Amino acid sequence: MISFGPTEEQEVVREAMREFAAKAIRPIARDCDEKSELPEEYLQASFELGLTATQLPEAYGGGGEPRSPVTNAIVLEELAHGDATLALAAVAPSLFAFAIADLGTEEQKRAHLPAFCGSRPHVASLALVEPDPTFDVSSLRTLAEPKGDGYVLSGSKRLVPLGLRASHFLVLARGINGDAGLGAYIVPRDAQGLRVTGPEKNLGLHALGAASLELERVEVPAEARLGGPGGPGAADVRRLVNASRVALAAVMTGLSRAVFEYAVPYAKDRVAFGEAIARKQAIAFTLADMRIETDAMRWLVWRAAADLEHGRDATRSAQQARGYAAEACMKIADDGVQVLGGHGFIREHPVEMWYRNARTLGVLEGAATL
Amino acid sequence: MIDFEPTPNDRKILDQVRQEALVARTYARHYDENEHEFPPDELPQAKDFPNVFALFAGRGKDDTGMGLMSMLVSAGQTWGDYSVRMRRGRGGLGNAALRAAGTPEQQKKWSHLTLAMAITEPGCGSDPSMVQTSAVLDPATDEWVLNGEKIFVTTGCRAEGVVVWATLDKSAGRAGIKSFLVEKGTPGFVVAHKEKKLGIRADDTAAYVFRDCRIPRGNLLGGDESIPKQGSGGFRGVMKTFNMTRPAVAAIGLGISQAALDFTREQLEQAGLSLEYGSGLHGLSGAAQKLLRLEALQEAAMLTVLRAAWLSDQGQPNNTESSIAKAKGGAAVREITQGCIEILGPLGVSRDFLLEKWFRDVRITDIYEGTGQIQRLIIARDVLGYSSSELR
Repeated sequence: MISFGPTEEQEVVREAMREFAAKAIRPIARDCDEKSELPEEYLQASFELGLTATQLPEAYGGGGEPRSPVTNAIVLEELAHGDATLALAAVAPSLFAFAIADLGTEEQKRAHLPAFCGSRPHVASLALVEPDPTFDVSSLRTLAEPKGDGYVLSGSKRLVPLGLRASHFLVLARGINGDAGLGAYIVPRDAQGLRVTGPEKNLGLHALGAASLELERVEVPAEARLGGPGGPGAADVRRLVNASRVALAAVMTGLSRAVFEYAVPYAKDRVAFGEAIARKQAIAFTLADMRIETDAMRWLVWRAAADLEHGRDATRSAQQARGYAAEACMKIADDGVQVLGGHGFIREHPVEMWYRNARTLGVLEGAATL
Repeated sequence: MIDFEPTPNDRKILDQVRQEALVARTYARHYDENEHEFPPDELPQAKDFPNVFALFAGRGKDDTGMGLMSMLVSAGQTWGDYSVRMRRGRGGLGNAALRAAGTPEQQKKWSHLTLAMAITEPGCGSDPSMVQTSAVLDPATDEWVLNGEKIFVTTGCRAEGVVVWATLDKSAGRAGIKSFLVEKGTPGFVVAHKEKKLGIRADDTAAYVFRDCRIPRGNLLGGDESIPKQGSGGFRGVMKTFNMTRPAVAAIGLGISQAALDFTREQLEQAGLSLEYGSGLHGLSGAAQKLLRLEALQEAAMLTVLRAAWLSDQGQPNNTESSIAKAKGGAAVREITQGCIEILGPLGVSRDFLLEKWFRDVRITDIYEGTGQIQRLIIARDVLGYSSSELR
């Protein structure tokens, strides 16, 4: 059935997240950006939202609630409306945890999931992006070479969220020597041959604590492969990537709405040639387009999230959501700066930060793949 | 629950619509090249097809809402051809106005006729408050006397009657505008000519002249003769007609742009190009990248249409969302069909194929029933909390 109707529960969650974003995220976002720091108190507060633990199975200490990619998309839009960087930081561990919960072996689940269900934030992170101008998920340069019972990992990763705090990484790599498929490997932070550096100095997402990984012949046992030796296949890893794309697109939707809702009152206040600039069609139409595009990208996100939720192949819908949102979000942030004029360029307003963040978000999985 | 997957019952309807569309498509070129001909009321092949609307009976609460389905049906039909339909029903724009604003007596008396809607005049388009066609009450006979000219009347030649916008008092602006039901054959009502157009040629577009055309007093749509002093209450009532027709117009255009995308994909695949989702930017040709981008645009635009219709199905206001759907759809269909021609080059402009026709047919989407600019005005007023006098 085609329906745009959130459940009552989703409405409640949305309200709670909106409030959290307004009280706990937006007020500290600029300071975090300026200092390139993520405060411990924020990690703790966002951890207490239960975004990860509530949706992990009870057997490992979780809340046992069914996982809903649609609910998660709604949550992420609201958090990112507060700030995209802090929203990503709040959910970065769940990308790792949900991957283990969905695709991990019994041993992997027992080893890794309980840590996310304690009283203190636990950080582990997905390592996907590579520093290569032709980087693409379908043709990774990080390689996993079978050796004995295990694998040898070699390559470089960038933009690993919360990388400096992570205890483990889920490293995506391409197999060689008779195992050409895409695989994911659990690598402890202290693995021999793994060098973690950072925080990276990037254009945007300053407070994400993004780390770079250098893997120089890192040896991991067969059990380190997500799902155990030989599995899961490329299709399962593809699902991980799809889920991360939808999450990213939801963040872009939240950022876009933030720009739109900031630009509207500004344009009504700002007077030029005797009237509010919002009363001029050039500005009013720009604001109308922001609204149109924010709506459009949200529905694409919901559609892709619904595909994930019902176990349908989301490759197409997730790519469309992510690709479309990246372009539209960049345009909205760009127009936001333009509506504010010189003030859009000044760090006193958040718009310049959103402009940088929009551009950076768009490369979190390589170039927009549309 | 949020989901976007049609139910089996939905699919039954959409599959049938597709079957009909495939038949309609075989007539598409003929009626494009023979603009003076009207497609028949029923195509020969239609005799063997079940009526799509009969399939709407017996749908349950778990099936997709009717308004939303009607958008998918519209898009599914125009995927075949814009205006060659298997059967023609009483589906003029005037019928929508009658349903939205007519009194029970008017509904009974007029709903069996196909009604066109006459708004635009030689000197008035996007701003209907400038309507010059006048309606004057003759108390001696209890009749309205209509005088004026109307152009761009969709299905104006084939319609059996028309809903005409006319002003009771030019000095009252929009508040003075009322709509009137006029039957074909009424003395003083003349179909002046049929327009020749860029596209949608099978759909007739008429120009009307009213010269001392007398109609009964009871033909004022909705029956309210008063002119509100403040604001434009009466006018808003008339404009409400468009809350479902705006997304429908976008859906109609998006059915055509979907046809263009499907054709382009098919041609590229036959030429051996990889168009797979999941492969990255660097592994795709420029043409493939462009096509994938346009496919996303198509989905985005269609979703805004479905959203506006869904709100209506829920009984929620959808004025802004209707304009979002229309603005987004109107722009998307232009970009998509223009882009498909760019991708296919000579095939795109050849009249041996339908792509060049689709390119012409969709261009009206961003113009009729409110241009993209008018839609943006409506959206901007809503997001800014401005009245129509604060944001012109």
